[in-house]
Amino acid sequence: MDENIELLTGWGGTAPTATRVAEPHSPGDVREAIAEAPDRGLVARGLARSYGDAAQNAGGVVLRMTELAAVHDVDIEGAGVTVDAGVSLEQLMRLLVPLGLFPMVTPGTCQVTVGGAIAADVHGKNHHGVGSFCNHVEAFTLETPQGTRHVTPDRDPDVFWATAGGMGLTGVVTQARLRMKRIRTSRIRMDTERASDLDDAMSRMEQRDSDYHYSVAWIDVMARGSHMGRSVITRGDFAEPDELPTRMRSDPLGFKPSTVLTAPPWFPNGLLNKVSVRAFNELWFRKAPRHQEGAIVPLASFHHPLDFVHGWNRIYGTRGFLQYQFVVPYGPEGEAAVRTAVERLSAHGAPSFRAVLKRFGPGNPGHLSFPMPGWTLTLDVPAGMPGLAGLCDGLDEVVLEAGGRLYLAKESRAKPWVIHPMYPRLDEWREIRAKLDPGGVLRSDMARRLDLC
Amino acid sequence: MQDALGSVQSILVLGGTSDIAQATALELTRGGARRFVLAGRDVAGLDANAKELLAAGASQVDTRQFDAVDTYGHESFVREAFGVLGDVDLVLVAFGVLGDQERLDHDRQAAMDLIAVNYVGAVSVLYPVVEHMKEQGHGTICVLSTVAAERARRSNYVYGSSKAGLDWFCQGLGDALVGTGVHVMIVRPGMVRTRMTEGMEDVPLTVDPEDVAAAIREGLASGREIVWVPGPIRWVMSGLRHVPRALFRRLPV
Ligand SMILES: Cc1cc2nc3c(=O)[nH]c(=O)nc-3n(C[C@H](O)[C@H](O)[C@H](O)COP(=O)(O)OP(=O)(O)OC[C@H]3O[C@@H](n4cnc5c(N)ncnc54)[C@H](O)[C@@H]3O)c2cc1C
Ligand SMILES: NC(=O)c1ccc[n+]([C@@H]2O[C@H](COP(=O)([O-])OP(=O)(O)OC[C@H]3O[C@@H](n4cnc5c(N)ncnc54)[C@H](OP(=O)(O)O)[C@@H]3O)[C@@H](O)[C@H]2O)c1
Repeated sequence: MDENIELLTGWGGTAPTATRVAEPHSPGDVREAIAEAPDRGLVARGLARSYGDAAQNAGGVVLRMTELAAVHDVDIEGAGVTVDAGVSLEQLMRLLVPLGLFPMVTPGTCQVTVGGAIAADVHGKNHHGVGSFCNHVEAFTLETPQGTRHVTPDRDPDVFWATAGGMGLTGVVTQARLRMKRIRTSRIRMDTERASDLDDAMSRMEQRDSDYHYSVAWIDVMARGSHMGRSVITRGDFAEPDELPTRMRSDPLGFKPSTVLTAPPWFPNGLLNKVSVRAFNELWFRKAPRHQEGAIVPLASFHHPLDFVHGWNRIYGTRGFLQYQFVVPYGPEGEAAVRTAVERLSAHGAPSFRAVLKRFGPGNPGHLSFPMPGWTLTLDVPAGMPGLAGLCDGLDEVVLEAGGRLYLAKESRAKPWVIHPMYPRLDEWREIRAKLDPGGVLRSDMARRLDLC
Repeated sequence: MQDALGSVQSILVLGGTSDIAQATALELTRGGARRFVLAGRDVAGLDANAKELLAAGASQVDTRQFDAVDTYGHESFVREAFGVLGDVDLVLVAFGVLGDQERLDHDRQAAMDLIAVNYVGAVSVLYPVVEHMKEQGHGTICVLSTVAAERARRSNYVYGSSKAGLDWFCQGLGDALVGTGVHVMIVRPGMVRTRMTEGMEDVPLTVDPEDVAAAIREGLASGREIVWVPGPIRWVMSGLRHVPRALFRRLPV
């Protein structure tokens, strides 16, 4: 295995730590690395699209899984695939979209590995209908300090659901079998509407989300006063071939996910100030059609709009940024919490490009899985913003009070005593983990910071 | 672990009875720090500070004997302190003595004793600290230097030279540690109202220990390498740096 000392961060570029990075090329390499792990332990890392310190392990070993990336079996009839954990969703899409298959769940970027998607139990714009990633995982192979396990939700439900959302702390996933969605075109039929404020957005989503497979609202959190919470709601589903414009019908499953722009290697700190972001948001809101139905758009621009600019996270400057994402249960308390969050962010003038608001459907049995029925709000903020720590700590309280939680895949700054009550099944999860890893080999910076294991 | 906004969880304080150190420990406790080792010579003083931190929300505060001049004991002392805390997110090097320059003008032994604490003692304890921090792959070493390290002054040149030595050592150390996950932050306060300066007249830009503490917290958040307290004193010092010696000698600084 190739090994190197590297300074690692997550996608937010904050809190770098030094680690020995090894790149396994086979499950045997993974077993060997686990057997030889140093005192400070080991954790897997995919494409490092989690924002905080989940895929870091200061002073220990990090297994970069991206070389373990073979597609083993594609069952077009049965809509299933067996892949290595280091396969990215982009790689899967390139291969499978032309064959009429698409991941059941994809996050807002396709630059994530299957292992990372399982470990965070990621969700997409269709959570209200189909649940999260692990709802569609039929089986996976898990390397643990206690040996190799072939896990299915029926045969080994404890280990399966402790790993779903378990942030790499139950073992290293090397292979997985996924159920796929059948598609007949690579285009999305998209409806767009603008909402004048937050209440308007929430009531429009409440009424019509169930009519669509995919749905999400983008909120301009910098808008104030009567515009506070103004949003653009986009919803849709895969188009049928006869809905495509004639020129596309010859190749209904054509797919080009490629990056078209590369961000320069550095941006001056403070580039994203309130004025520039406000102007950008204004332009973007005005550009969105007030109401439009049946637009046909490429799936990449619908699902992964940011993937078109490679390395866009560098726009936040050297201090990096963080993403704040929470979910609160439906009901008056949860809705009040969303409103409070948007109000505080708007009042603080957080220079954030849009926030994303979405409605979740039922959660799954994952002990640390994030989604629960409720509203989830997500936004990026530059780490250097004055008063950010206090703002976030205050929002944590609002979320906790409302019975909600923060998303570990985005988390980089909360306190352990805030996270623990948000995940009431943490102790149950710890017990299962302790059986898989009695010596505490599986460890990450996040596990240390949040006192998870 | 230090988080994305620079909050730390566990701190080793060298000079646990220092007013600046205690103000900093309290400030960082408000920011979420919970585990401490306070090290120094004055056991009763350390215990009193430990109580105050526990009352402020800390969950674990140990006190340890530490003398800067006992360089033979530094390695085992550091090993034990890291053993008690597990990961150490921040080591605060706050011990130091100012001395009385009039006496230091002619007392060779007093000058050597001062240097033995401020410079030799600090360098000695930093070696094992660096080793342990490199091993854990992360951490910040925050060292109390002073504006007096910037330019030699008639009124405190023995102190100033010892701090200048430490300051330069830490600048080079910081550069040497790039890529290791260990970060060195040098703090250069002007005059601070503490036990060290008791009875001395305030000069312009004199601050309180709490101001130094706030600047350290902000420095951790922004990953600074050098922190001036108060901020504007940086510009005063950069002005003074270019004043010719013949003139500087006569300035009341
Ligand atoms: C632009 C953008 C948009 C996003 N949108 C969404 C979204 O809409 N919904 C959503 O849910 N998330 C979203 N995310 C977050 C992202 O989907 C998750 O953080 C995901 O886990 C990243 O996968 P990765 O391969 O990069 O994993 P990494 O970030 O490298 O690792 C994440 C976790 O997975 C573990 N892990 C990685 N590989 C393995 C393995 N083989 N075995 C065991 N554990 C492993 C790591 O230890 C770590 O704990 C978004 C991220 C970005 C940057
Ligand atoms: N006050 C200022 O104006 C000012 C300005 C710039 C920089 N600084 C620096 O800031 C740091 C903290 O100073 P302070 O203002 O907080 O003063 P302080 O309260 O007097 O603290 C000095 C500390 O150094 C400790 N110390 C002295 N000799 C020691 C030794 N041999 N071994 C271990 N510890 C020893 C003292 O411990 P005991 O209780 O055992 O004596 C005391 O805790 C010092 O490094 C100082 O040089 C101060």
